[in-house]
Formats: sequence, C-alpha cells, structure tokens
Amino acid sequence: MTADTPMVKAEDVRKSFGLVEVLRGIDLQVERGEVFCLIGPSGSGKSTFLRCINHLEKINGGRLSVDGELVGYRQKGDRLYELREKEVCAKRAEIGMVFQHFNLFPHKTALANVMEAPIQVKGENKADAADRGRRLLEQVGLGDKFDAYPRQLSGGQQQRVAIARALAMEPKLMLFDEPTSALDPELVGEVLDVMRGLARAGMTMVVVTHEMGFAREVGDAVVFMDGGVIIESGKPREMLTDPQHERTRSFLSKVL
Amino acid sequence: MADTRTAPGTGTVPLKAVPVRYPGRWVAAAVVLVLVAMLVSGLVTNDNYQWAVVREYFFSEPILRGLVLTLELTVIAMAIGIVLGVILAVMRLSPNPIVSGAAWTYVWFFRGTPVLVQLLVWFNLAALYPVISLGVPFGPSFVSGSANNFITPLAAAILGLGLNEAAYMAEIIRAGILSVDQGQTEAAQALGMNRLRTMRRIVLPQAMRVVVPPTGNETISMLKTTSLASVIALAELLYSAQIIYGRTFQTIPLLIVAVIWYLILTSVLSAGQFYVERYFARGAVRTLPPTPLQRLRRQFSRGGPGPHDTAALLASSKDTR
Repeated sequence: MTADTPMVKAEDVRKSFGLVEVLRGIDLQVERGEVFCLIGPSGSGKSTFLRCINHLEKINGGRLSVDGELVGYRQKGDRLYELREKEVCAKRAEIGMVFQHFNLFPHKTALANVMEAPIQVKGENKADAADRGRRLLEQVGLGDKFDAYPRQLSGGQQQRVAIARALAMEPKLMLFDEPTSALDPELVGEVLDVMRGLARAGMTMVVVTHEMGFAREVGDAVVFMDGGVIIESGKPREMLTDPQHERTRSFLSKVL
Repeated sequence: MADTRTAPGTGTVPLKAVPVRYPGRWVAAAVVLVLVAMLVSGLVTNDNYQWAVVREYFFSEPILRGLVLTLELTVIAMAIGIVLGVILAVMRLSPNPIVSGAAWTYVWFFRGTPVLVQLLVWFNLAALYPVISLGVPFGPSFVSGSANNFITPLAAAILGLGLNEAAYMAEIIRAGILSVDQGQTEAAQALGMNRLRTMRRIVLPQAMRVVVPPTGNETISMLKTTSLASVIALAELLYSAQIIYGRTFQTIPLLIVAVIWYLILTSVLSAGQFYVERYFARGAVRTLPPTPLQRLRRQFSRGGPGPHDTAALLASSKDTR
C-alpha cells in the first residue's frame, strides 16, 4: 500500500450483539505512525470497536479496512466474500493486541510467551525467536525475568511481557485495550513508559484508555465515544482542555 | 519483663507457657489403639486367613500372569478412553449441532448403562452381528469374518471398558476445556494462531491441570473395574485367583492375594498421580508443593522437627513451677 493509505479506515461501522446495537455508525481514520486514543464511558463501544479491527468481533454493517484491505472480507465486484480462517489469521498476525487483563499464557515462562507466536505462526526457528524474545524483554525492562512464570510477576511486569509478546510478531499496528485499567496506580507508569517509547519509535497505535494524561501527552488524535457513536474528535491538547460538546465536558470533568 | 524482650543480636528468648491439655484426644487415641490391636491380633491368630497359602500363591505364575493382564487391560482401556474422550469433548463443543448431538448421544448411552451389562453385550456381539465386515457403507465389503473370531474375551473387555471410559473422559476433558479463560483463546487468536493450534498449544495444556486429578481417579477406578472382566472368563487378576480357589477351595487366602496386589497397584498409581499433577501445576501456583523426598530433606536440614521444641518448652515450664 502507498504511504498515504490510512492504517485504519472506518466508514459507518455497525455492530450489534443480539438486539443491542453497540456500534451505531463509526467513521474514523488512523494515519500511519499516529497514536490514536479512544476515550469514553464504559459500555460506549470503544473496546468493541478495537476488537473489530483485528476481527475478534465481526461487524454487521459499514466498511472497515486496515492498511487499505477490508477486515475479514474480500470484495469481488460488488459482492463481499468472508475470508477463510487461514487468511484471517495471516492478517491478525500483522496486528498486535494488548488486553486489559494481560491474557499471558500462564503455563509458559515470560520468554516462552514471547517466542510462541513467531515459532508457531511464522515458523521462525527457535534460536532466532529466543534472541528476539530476549531483546524485546530487555527493551521493556524485564531482562532479568526471562524464566519467570506470569503468576510470579506483578501486574505491570505482566503487561510489559504482553507488549513484548505482541511486538515479537513485528506488527504494523498495535491495539491497546485499556492496558493500564487492571493495574495498581503505582504500576501504571512503567507500562505507559513502554508505550511512550513505542510511540516515539513511530509505531501506529490505537489506544482505548482512561489515562487522560497519556492521551494529552502522547496522543496525536483523540475520539470521545458514547452510546456507540463518536461524539467529538480532535487534537488531544485542544479537545481535552476545551471540549466543545456538553457530554464530553461532563465526562472529562469526572475523570480528570 | 526485661529479660523476655529480645536483646539485639542475641535472638529471641523462648516463650514460657503451659500448653492446653486435650483429654478427649487421649481417650479417642486409646479407643483407636484398642481397635487396631484387635484387628492385628485377629489377623495373626485366626488360622482361617491361611497366610502360608497367601505366601505360596502371591508370586505364583497364574497370579502374576493375571496381574500383567490386569495392567495391560487398564492401560489399553484408559488409552482408548482418553483419545476417544478428547475427540468426543471437542465434538461436544462444536458449533455443528449434528456433531455435538452425536457426542452427547454417545455419552448419554455409555454413561447410562452399567459397564457390566456393556461387557456382556460386547461378549455376546456375535449373536447380534454374526458377520463383521469392512467396506463401503451400504456397498461392497473388502474384508469380512465371523464375529466370534474377532470378539475374544480380551477384545470384548477392551471394547467394553474403553468405550465406557471414553464417555466419562469426554465429560472430564470438556470441563477442563471450559475451565480455561476465554481471554486465552482471544490472545492466541490475536497473535494469528488458528483454532487447532490454539487448542493444542494454549487451551489443552491449561485444561490438563483440571483434567489430571479426575483422570488419575479414573485410572485407579479402571484398575479395579477390570475385575468385572472375570464374568466373561478373561483371566485377569481376580479370575486367575478364582480359577485357583475353584480347584483348591482356599477361597479367602486367594482373595487376599488379589486384595494385596490391587492395593499395591493403586498405591503406585496414586504416587504417579502426585508427580503428574505437580508437572501440570507449573505456572498455576507460585511455588510447587514439595515432593515427599524434598520434604524429608528439608526436615533433616532444619536440624530436627518441631515436636522437640515443644518438649523443651514443656520441660522448661515444669522447671519454673
């Protein structure tokens, strides 16, 4: 794809669970190298939207594309064809995801967690995967925790392993689903530091967060969602200090 | 009071106190000891046990051959049960209603009928299907033969015990799979792993922790259930003993031989279960439970177990009185 194709493009994206419509027409665009923050009250659909981007959830309407290609479908003429599992997996492998509850594999050590996908999905050999795994763990400040099991690590350390695990696939896009919400306040900083470093290195990131400080400091764009629609969007510095919409103002007054 | 405080660098002064006495415990212990004494004296003095006969047959060839057959039957039936159980469990969780319905029906049927009845039915299969053949469904057959040749007592026992076990293992494995957090599957999928690989690399290894303890119980239970095969004249441990006492009328001593062998085998299996559970607990607990050997070593390296300290405490409290 050309350099000016947006990394993520959503046009009127809709999603329902049964009768409940959680996304009611989302339009947005994430540029390359951008840190894109999604904020909003819980139940506003921001996590659901994030999960649509790597097809963990199927959308019911609209168009959603990553790097110029539709997510989960292929278009021939004016017909959509669902992608096979193999194709979906190949696309997911290019998108990293970090979860609120880390979801590390508890039966594997930190290093084995990071090595798992490169070996299993990319067919990389063990020695290369281990080299890269060690380098990534050192990069997130866990050079002394290669052989620790997730349960022997603090929340902040676990989340940093999870970030290293996602980076091991050399993704072109990283999705963060409230990465610091399950952490003790003291441990939030160490995870945000790693994310800051990633942003500085030019990684395209979509971040669902309640950390307004992070959004203001690192974010290039921010979107406020409520009730499955985008209420307001803009530059973080402007929007977070001087929101135009009443709903945004009342939300920000509660979280800041 | 000053001397009870810890002076820096000198360690703590042991606390002096008269421990609470529990007279009820002494009474209970006495009652248990009397009952144990009665049991032991009965074992020794009652000649009907015929310990000499037990000793004579314990390592006799027919008994040992029966023992080996019991072990073989246990291993083969459990292997069938586990492999078929995994398949049935995955089928049960399939989104296809026909596939999951088939697994449900299998479990319903084999769990709903006594295994003894199943053994008898398999043994008499020739009456139901005199000829068994392999070929295209409703089409020509490639190989065929008399069911009586296929269904030996051993084959009937393996089929009966193995297929019945699969129904139970399916439920155990399904529960194990369901016990693994949904987030694990999502994390694996987000990394680009397909469903089969996610199941094999991420879900099943974690399900094992939940699956292993009941599987150990099933194995021990299977070892004992193989004795049911004696009704279809399969010379496993119990039937071998029965053949001998049918001839010599030394019923009790030969049953004791079987009892002791069953106890030895189940004890060995229980010990094996401990180590397998410990292996699959990796990552689930911060520190693994110590093996008996480690516990023993730790006890010695500490310079004697606790009760000595209590005794010293008692002695010193007596001195002060």
